Amino acid sequence: MATSSERTPPPFPETEDMDVDTEIEDLESNESEYTLEDGIGPETDANNVPDDIFSGSPTGNVSNPIMDSVIKSDTDAINELDEQPFDTAPKEEPNEAPDNNSFWTPLGTDVSKPEDGGKNPLMDPGESDMCTPDQSSAEDFLSESVAKPLAEWELETDSDPTNELTREAENDLIGEPVSDCEDIPVVDISHESVSVVSEPLFKEPLSEVTEPPVCDDDVSELLSEPVSVVSEPLFKEPLSDVTEPPVCDDDFSELLSEPVSDCEDIPVVDVISHESVSVVSEPLFKEPLSDVTEPPVCDDFSELLSEPVSVVSEPLFKEPLSDVTEPPVCDDDFSELLSEPASDCKDIPVVDVIHESVSVDSVIKSDTDAINELDEQPIDTAPKEEPNKAPDNNSFWTPLSTDVTEPPVCDDFSELLSEPVSVVSEPLFKEPLSDVTEPPVCDDDFSELLSEPASKQHKALFSDPPDDIFSEMLNCKDKQQSSVFSAASVDMLCLEAENAPITGPLSDDTKHPPSECVMRPTSPAANPDSSSDSRPRDEEEEQDIFAEATVELSLDSPAIARKRVEPSRLLTPASSTSASSNISKQQPKMLEELEEEDKFELNVSVTNPEKVGEGMNAYMAYRVSTQTTLPMFKRKAFEVRRRFSDFLGMYEKLSEKLSQNGYIVPPPPEKSFLGMTKMKVGKEDPSSVEFVEKRRAALERFLQKVLCHPTLLQDPDVREFLEREELPRAVNTQTFSGAGFLKIINRATEAVSKMTIKMNESDVWFEEKLQEVEGEDQQLRKLHAMVDSLVNHRKDLSAHTAMFAKSIGMLGSSEDNTALSRALCQLAEVEDKIEQLHQEQAGNDFFIFAELLADYIRLLGAVRGCFDQRMKMWQRWQEAQNMLQKKREVEAKLLWANKPEKLQLAKDEITEWEAKVTQYERDFERISATVRKEVIRFEKEKAKDFKKQTLKYLQVLVNSQQQLIKYWEAFLPEAKAIA
Amino acid sequence: MTSSRENDKEKLRSVSVDLNNDSSLLIDIPDALCERDKVKFTVHTKTTLSSFQKPDFSVSRQHEDFIWLHDTLVETEDYAGLIIPPAPPKPDFESPREKMHKLGDGEATMTKEEYTKMKQELEAEYLAVFKKTVQVHEVFLQRLSSHPVFSKDRNFQIFLEYDQDLSVRRKNAKEMFGGFFKNMVKTADEVIISGIKEVDDFFEQEKTFLLDYYSKIKDSTAKAEKMTRSHKNVADDYIHVSATLNSMCAEDNTALKVHLEKFADLLEKLRKVEGRVASDQELKLTELLRYYMRDIQAAKDLLYRRARALANYENSNKALDKARLKSKDIAQAEEHQQQCLQKFDKLSESCKKELTSFKGRRVVAFRKNLIEMAELEIKHAKNSVSLLQGCIDMLNSN
Repeated sequence: MATSSERTPPPFPETEDMDVDTEIEDLESNESEYTLEDGIGPETDANNVPDDIFSGSPTGNVSNPIMDSVIKSDTDAINELDEQPFDTAPKEEPNEAPDNNSFWTPLGTDVSKPEDGGKNPLMDPGESDMCTPDQSSAEDFLSESVAKPLAEWELETDSDPTNELTREAENDLIGEPVSDCEDIPVVDISHESVSVVSEPLFKEPLSEVTEPPVCDDDVSELLSEPVSVVSEPLFKEPLSDVTEPPVCDDDFSELLSEPVSDCEDIPVVDVISHESVSVVSEPLFKEPLSDVTEPPVCDDFSELLSEPVSVVSEPLFKEPLSDVTEPPVCDDDFSELLSEPASDCKDIPVVDVIHESVSVDSVIKSDTDAINELDEQPIDTAPKEEPNKAPDNNSFWTPLSTDVTEPPVCDDFSELLSEPVSVVSEPLFKEPLSDVTEPPVCDDDFSELLSEPASKQHKALFSDPPDDIFSEMLNCKDKQQSSVFSAASVDMLCLEAENAPITGPLSDDTKHPPSECVMRPTSPAANPDSSSDSRPRDEEEEQDIFAEATVELSLDSPAIARKRVEPSRLLTPASSTSASSNISKQQPKMLEELEEEDKFELNVSVTNPEKVGEGMNAYMAYRVSTQTTLPMFKRKAFEVRRRFSDFLGMYEKLSEKLSQNGYIVPPPPEKSFLGMTKMKVGKEDPSSVEFVEKRRAALERFLQKVLCHPTLLQDPDVREFLEREELPRAVNTQTFSGAGFLKIINRATEAVSKMTIKMNESDVWFEEKLQEVEGEDQQLRKLHAMVDSLVNHRKDLSAHTAMFAKSIGMLGSSEDNTALSRALCQLAEVEDKIEQLHQEQAGNDFFIFAELLADYIRLLGAVRGCFDQRMKMWQRWQEAQNMLQKKREVEAKLLWANKPEKLQLAKDEITEWEAKVTQYERDFERISATVRKEVIRFEKEKAKDFKKQTLKYLQVLVNSQQQLIKYWEAFLPEAKAIA
Repeated sequence: MTSSRENDKEKLRSVSVDLNNDSSLLIDIPDALCERDKVKFTVHTKTTLSSFQKPDFSVSRQHEDFIWLHDTLVETEDYAGLIIPPAPPKPDFESPREKMHKLGDGEATMTKEEYTKMKQELEAEYLAVFKKTVQVHEVFLQRLSSHPVFSKDRNFQIFLEYDQDLSVRRKNAKEMFGGFFKNMVKTADEVIISGIKEVDDFFEQEKTFLLDYYSKIKDSTAKAEKMTRSHKNVADDYIHVSATLNSMCAEDNTALKVHLEKFADLLEKLRKVEGRVASDQELKLTELLRYYMRDIQAAKDLLYRRARALANYENSNKALDKARLKSKDIAQAEEHQQQCLQKFDKLSESCKKELTSFKGRRVVAFRKNLIEMAELEIKHAKNSVSLLQGCIDMLNSN
């Protein structure tokens, strides 16, 4: 193995690589030890395999890297496998970042570079775990690795891998790599110690996994993908938890609940079978774990979980991997890729596990590492998740280990899974020992099985939370799931004692200063780690990682939301198994139920407009009172005072976060300079009163619409708006502020760019919908104008009736026939009442009918905004494709010109751009899915609203006509009395 | 629109003038032909009076002929003591025509369906105006025929019987100016003679009442007109809303489609009801007020004539006094004074009778119209309620 390890450096002769190596040296030293231990025949095989995989790349370099990677992979394998997740995770983030390389790099890195990158990362975790002595160094590593991040890593890795990988990869982004991976892994497995093979597989999967995350705009993708990826599970879970909980769409909750059940069932069976096989089961578990982990991640809330779970179950039983992977794939692109990788991974891991356990020291070491990793992994994973986004490669690798551990965690629900895990852990880890087992156990908190092998301490800590979460989730099924989640997370975090609402759940955040909503979710994973006493060291490292990770995550957070949506849809279709089909069927029902229930649980009203202050600084404050049974709120009823700009501020925050992800954020009422000025001047004339009432009603409707949206409801800003006593003054909402002008300018440029973009729509649905929306917008505007004129005419009628009543009253007083005079005076009274009636009706016309239309005109604007966002994503993707094309041309020219130095650079760039293209494509698909879901939801809401309002309007008309009848009937005798 | 026949036997006697049902002379206008600006009314007469050559005959008359008839009546000295029925207003198809033009201009902004509906609505409005015009002409003739004195008027009989074109000259510019001048003189004269002390309390009272009442009813008429017009606008808005909703439905394929379609249908029905309400108000209330506004004007004219006669009598008294003073032409002056007195007395007498009957007629007409209006309002409101309720039930059941 030593030789192999040595070899590795050579493959990376390039300067960049060298640097990395030097930096890594320390790590390598450590690694070398491991590597030696790991050293297994498989390396050669692995090398071969990688070659095959990368066969496309004829260069010898490729082979070397592979070899190295393989070798290292063995040592690292454990590390890698464990770590892989980390890498993947980091890569994911990188992916998100502009680094295109990251995509490929993952593959390359995984396969070839595992040595460098893998080593470091692996080493770090391994060191920290394994070699306590190195902790400090490990920390350094981590920090360095993190700091240097992906970029270096990627670059280096890319260079080597790129050759190999790029070619294959070039053609097909994910799909090919995956296939390659699969092939290799399989071969490896068959040949020798699976560990090597597994590594590649994992690597690939990881890379794939990582990619998906990358693709996903941010968190969402990462989460979903990670989920899909086995290795990443840990990350996914944390991420998912973090991200998803907040995001938690109602739908998910349902999904989760169902899926979970399915998963459980399946897993159990699998587990049993697996257990018998023990060795086999392990691999399965690993995979399942990954799957499991994924599910949790995705779903904290529901859909992800459900899907992943189902997937997991399937994979276990059938070909768990493929199934599992596919579900995760949920994202369209990912699904295929993932599925393949997953299968590969599964196969490999299983084999590896078996082999390893049986054979080599390296395996043992790997186990030990694995243990370390596993132990660490959880910790790491949590951090890693964040790290993933962050440059930390280490974190990635750890994930693999974490994956194993994670699965248990993920599976809180599925004891079966946990059991399998435990089983696996035992066989695999047997040698690796308690350490290994323990970590997994820790993860499994829930899983009793795991707990057995693993340290019970962990169990205690984790077990509670997971159980709670699951139970709650299952029970609740409501959209509240998110809340449940948060609650659960809170419980889990309790140690850390964070109050964070949804996002808060993640203990990590609390621990780590950089607590962002997104970040928090990830933290949960970390928490377990932290909770586990055995990992104090790791924790320290983790913290650093976390800090960085958190920052990155926060940026990504918005993406998470999207992913959730997509996964849910994708997953359902993806799951071919009966279980999945069941789930999918059940889902809609569940969703509907959830939505229905939702209605009761939150009532918000905007009342009591009150003028605060005097002169031009005066403003209207409204009382916002909320009654709710939602557990996510601390109290059942509460009220706060808010001014108009607070509403605007909240909207701005929401729209910044969610609009670009394709969500439809209901727009608030427009500003009215005239109305405000009138109010400020203090005129208590009717028009000013009318203005305030109009605005009050509009704000109420706005708020209700926001709260009606499951995703928006979960947003911390919304809850802050509802609950927090004092809200910081909203800035940048003023019309004449600099921000206001900026907004105007932005809007103008967007309008221009919109006109210049020509999108050839691939999806007919969107094309039709957009046309529909535009047509509807026009119709609504016209209708609004009509109803407006109805309101005005009715007001005229009311005014004229009043005048007539007065006039006829005068006539009556002039009339010399007493009976006629009396009748005329009566008529005047009747007309007076009718005037009131008309006035009320005009008000109803306005508030019930016209304002409904006005609201939907604004909402349609938001819907169109979603389509625009989607188009932007598409444009970005297209541009990246064009860029890639150009880069390839450049490469071809260089090849022709035979300029190897530049060629490498060009290849790097191609890898980078390929990654970008993949990412952007996924971004685009994600936003497409979100937009689609949002539009469907919008239409449903619209239909509901219109039905409700028209009925209300008709009822009002009936009432007014009935009044009319009463008035005239009272008048009739008077008329008859005229003699 | 150039030619439209109105052939409605069951015309609503919107302006009920409480015609005594003297079957000796029955007049109606069963038909009218509109040619450009000219409207030709077919005046159909059924009579048992021997003064007519045939018991049943029809002639074609134009609006100008009616005016001529009215003018001759006004100028007839013998009728000075009578309230001359107000001449029918000139047919005014301008407003619906104008609207039609506007509609044509706005055709591009409307859906075809909406346009058709609006056109129908305008045609209906045009028809209503047409009917109303025919009706006021008919009422004018009926009032003459039901009046014991006017029914025997020679000019009136010629108007009814002469089967050739009356070829009434249109007033030329001089005459138009003369008429205007006469009006001025009359107004000035009214002011002058208003200074004359009234000898009879009844007339004094009646005068103040009519003056006051006239201004009030004029105001009410204007207000009622505005009210009914805005009511029509509301009804028209229903058309637009309904049409727009319908075109929305056409593009909508969701479950909302059915819902909105029903809603649009309902609005369409509602606008018909609402349109009826508006036109019934117009017919029962506005037209009533408008007619009595003119009738009161006629009564005022009567009072003026009486006041003129009174002034003449006063003058003749003064002249007699002067003559006596000068002892010159006493007999002539006396005779003149006697004539004036006689004339005045006669005028006063018939004036009193006319005014009293006018008062009764007015009250009856008001009563009738108010009752009818209230009943129609109730009917329409009930109609709306049942429409609305039906729609609500239907929507709820969906």
